[in-house]
Amino acid sequence: MDNLQALTDSALAAVAASGSLVELENLRVQYLGKKGSLTEERKGLGSLSAEERPAAGALINKAIGQVQQAIEARRESMEAEEAERRLASEKIDVSLPGRRQSRGGLHPVTRTIERMESLFTSAGFEVVEGPEVEDDYHNFEALNIPAHHPARAMHDTFYFDASTLLRTHTSNVQIRVMENGKPPFRIICPGRVYRCDSDMTHTPMFHQVEGLVVDQGTNFADLKGLIADFLQSFFEAELAVRFRPSYFPFTEPSAEVDVQCVACRGKGCRICKQTGWLEIMGCGMVHPKVLEMSGVDSEIWTGFAFGMGVDRLAMLRYQIRDLRQLFENDMRFLRQFH
Amino acid sequence: MQISESWLREWVNPDIDTAQLLKIVTMAGLEVDGTEPAANVFSGVVVAEVLACDKHPDADKLSVCSVSDGKDTFQVVCGAPNVRAGLKVPFALVGAVLGEDFRIKRAKLRGVESCGMLCSSEELGLAETADGLLELPGDATIGMDIREYLQLEDTLIEIDLTPNRGDCLSIKGLAREVGVLTRTAVTFPHIETIPASIELEFPVELASPSDCPRYLGRIIRNINPDAETPLWMQEKLRRCGLRSIDPVVDVTNFVLMELGHPMHAFDFDKLQGGIRVRRANAGEKLVLLDGREVSMTQETLVIADHDKALAMAGVMGGKHSAVGASTRNIFLESAFFDPVAIAGRARSYGMHTDAGHRYERGVDYSLAPLAMERATALLLEIVGGEAGPVTEALASLPQKSPILLRRKRISALLGLSLPDGEVEDILQRLGLELLENTAEGWIFTVPPWRFDISIEADLIEELARVHGYDHLPVSLPTARMKLQKVPESRLPVRDLRRTMVNLGYQEVVTYSFVDCELDRVLREDGEIAGSQLALSNPISQDMAVMRGSLWPGLIVTLKHNQNRQQNRLRLFETGLTFINKNNVLEQKAKVACLLWGAAMPEQWAERERSLDFYDIKGDIEILTGTSQMVSYAADTHPALHGGQSARLELHGKTLGWIGALHPRLQQELDIPGKIYIAELNLDMLCKRQVPVNAELSRFPTVRRDLALVLPQGVKADEVLAVLGESAGELLLELSVFDQYQGDNIEKGKKSLALGLTFQHSSRTLSDSDINPIIDSCIKALEAKFNAELR
Repeated sequence: MDNLQALTDSALAAVAASGSLVELENLRVQYLGKKGSLTEERKGLGSLSAEERPAAGALINKAIGQVQQAIEARRESMEAEEAERRLASEKIDVSLPGRRQSRGGLHPVTRTIERMESLFTSAGFEVVEGPEVEDDYHNFEALNIPAHHPARAMHDTFYFDASTLLRTHTSNVQIRVMENGKPPFRIICPGRVYRCDSDMTHTPMFHQVEGLVVDQGTNFADLKGLIADFLQSFFEAELAVRFRPSYFPFTEPSAEVDVQCVACRGKGCRICKQTGWLEIMGCGMVHPKVLEMSGVDSEIWTGFAFGMGVDRLAMLRYQIRDLRQLFENDMRFLRQFH
Repeated sequence: MQISESWLREWVNPDIDTAQLLKIVTMAGLEVDGTEPAANVFSGVVVAEVLACDKHPDADKLSVCSVSDGKDTFQVVCGAPNVRAGLKVPFALVGAVLGEDFRIKRAKLRGVESCGMLCSSEELGLAETADGLLELPGDATIGMDIREYLQLEDTLIEIDLTPNRGDCLSIKGLAREVGVLTRTAVTFPHIETIPASIELEFPVELASPSDCPRYLGRIIRNINPDAETPLWMQEKLRRCGLRSIDPVVDVTNFVLMELGHPMHAFDFDKLQGGIRVRRANAGEKLVLLDGREVSMTQETLVIADHDKALAMAGVMGGKHSAVGASTRNIFLESAFFDPVAIAGRARSYGMHTDAGHRYERGVDYSLAPLAMERATALLLEIVGGEAGPVTEALASLPQKSPILLRRKRISALLGLSLPDGEVEDILQRLGLELLENTAEGWIFTVPPWRFDISIEADLIEELARVHGYDHLPVSLPTARMKLQKVPESRLPVRDLRRTMVNLGYQEVVTYSFVDCELDRVLREDGEIAGSQLALSNPISQDMAVMRGSLWPGLIVTLKHNQNRQQNRLRLFETGLTFINKNNVLEQKAKVACLLWGAAMPEQWAERERSLDFYDIKGDIEILTGTSQMVSYAADTHPALHGGQSARLELHGKTLGWIGALHPRLQQELDIPGKIYIAELNLDMLCKRQVPVNAELSRFPTVRRDLALVLPQGVKADEVLAVLGESAGELLLELSVFDQYQGDNIEKGKKSLALGLTFQHSSRTLSDSDINPIIDSCIKALEAKFNAELR
């Protein structure tokens, strides 16, 4: 029995000292295998009396159980350590960039048009587009700008022949909508427009959003309210808005709209030329002749129209100083709007 | 138009400062564009008299003058050629400061002491250049500060007038407007009728009376050719941006600015027989005042004598009959031309003149006699001579119909009911005459200077304007809450753009007009002439034709960025393209994209890989969506690589093109690496099917793979089509998972590996179901393509 205790002690010591699962398995075979030294102890039971045998057997079983437990515990701890080690060895640098295609983005003008469309469609406006190469009638005549009208000089028109031109505004779309539909109308017409002018502050192509509301009982007060609402929503600021009399052949009364400078909030700065105001759009009540020419009875229906430069709104919103940058398409510029 | 504030205040002088005046004018629709002071900053300059003038002992061009400022006498050395004894001039005393920091000091010039400086108009900032001293009138008060004497504390106001307000293109017109806006009385100068002192008349004939219904003429004989324009008039003209030319022209310009009525003076000795106002004969030539010869159309109204055209009516005089240094006798014109007869004429000859600008907007037709008298009086005062009687030819002047203004229309348009009293007050102050009060409202007649008022809405605008736009009410439009149509079968373009952005493309916006040659080589119809739409007045050669595709803009953008150190690009644009087909212009919306550089951005996790056709095709496949039955037909396009281009078809129509840019073009553009481009019809692309659900099968799928060896020329979609047909309705999915050619494959052949997935809707499939299908597939492939199993 002395031998049993010594064997057990040496087995426990060896298990505690074992350094690998293989070593541990060897120890298991050495002590607990079919021919293991503790298993062998059982052989000695045969030489004992029947009275002594149960107690001695119990002792041996206890020793075997003890060693078995020790081996299991050691194995579990080794496996846990091993799992730990594996995780540690699989550790990666999560700060490295992800695997991907490059990022794309919208042009700031598109971004601005989409934003304007969202604002107006939220109030029930429909977005309508139309041709860019236009006939003289839809660009001028139907808007009460007959041939030789001095207002034509303000338009610097690109021509293809005497009666075909590049539209100078998107108002042509309003005419087409009125010709082909029945009031009430609530539309905006975004798109490219063209004028034969190119310098620091003019590009021969630019963008406009024109709007038209024709309804029973709509009036100049509605126009003022809608425009102020739009400008404040677009710039997300409570900016002051003022209306000045102006002249467009297709509206009467006509107004020019100034908004409080978005950069200095009216204090006066370089952007507003120290005036505190930014000239932002033209608008007015649709001229009765324009309504009549497009088949709308001006005694029943009244309407207002407005037109604004998208490029200018984009410049003010995103602090773009040079209009021409919008059409150079320099990637370094465009990526800022991703 | 530029005017002088002090001149305006001579006519109307409201008790408000300059800033308030400018604001009121701007807010009434006469937009002030800017202001500047009438003269440079300077001080210490007074009116002085040159008492004596002697030659400088040591300098030929200098004079030594004795100058008096009324209190003291100074010795001043002067280099001006016109310095002489008795002359009154501006004199900068020692200590005077000219401009920002030019201080006048006591100095010695070639050994002679000089105490102060005699000044030219240039030195006082009154003119760009001057060739001598500014000569002041003999009655100028010696010792008076020159700023006070010349009333230089004045503001030059630039007003940007809209084309409807021709009535404000003068001091008189602006004064009238300011008077209305500030409720201030306007002082009109007293203009007397000048009686004739000679009997000489020149006949006037209105040969085109609707174009020119009124023409006044008058001869002034024996004018003094040496007379000069008085300084006060030169100053007034200068402050309105007009250069002094000679006294006769200056007087006509002065009347133009003062009353807003253009005048013209002819050299009477050059006229033959009489004045005839007529249309030009086609091709009739006229040498204008500025020396240009124009060949006129019959649209153009001319002032002619019995011999030839003398002037382009209402626009510019002719050189032949122009007033000059030798002119002794003049013929003055004061006429009314119908705006329609003048509008656009100057522009059609590439000109713009002050007279034309006013006539095409409308000149007060009652003003012609007054302008004639004003000009005559000024001329007699300045150049002397004897005036003949005024000859007037008169046809029928414009008739302004009375306008009905209804009370209810005012509130319908403005959302405001103005008290009757205010309506009448505003319109009457503006010069309209109240003819009649009616049950509905009023009937007004319009004064002859307002060519912009002809209908009720015009009157309502005047009410709004004078009442003040900012005082009009504000509300929000109301409308019935009717839902709009949002067809699900129509994909919004913004969703397509979003897809491109998510695929890594940068949107660009390029000009719709492009270089003719670049556009031509990128066109589908290539060399066919007449399909391009060219501008008749392009801004430059590289913006001369409307784009036939979106590719020129993308290529230009590629070049621009390649030159700025970018080495890979993924671009897209949406917009209209313009193609003339049999003289009918098609304006079609397209979306186009361009790929250039490495397939992926440089990154640690992926090997660099060159782009190929399948990169752009994969993106286009995502863009076209799964509900679209798009096919890719190998086809040639002049701009694309013959072996790597495809025409996209949808429902038998061309949806667009995709491929590698033709290597020849790429070489010409001098861009390294391959460029892949595609362009698709946006309208076709946006049409989508509304999805229809099919019941899903509960039973497992069975997959079989086929590895085929095929002749190289057989296209994958042909194989897929045959398989699709042979495999029957149990086939669920069909995919190409490998393509190989090279070693281990016979030359001229390629291997294609295909995966076929089968499924039955109501039972599990067994080999006995699948095997006959696969057999028939293989047979069909053998028969059609000579395919073998690998």
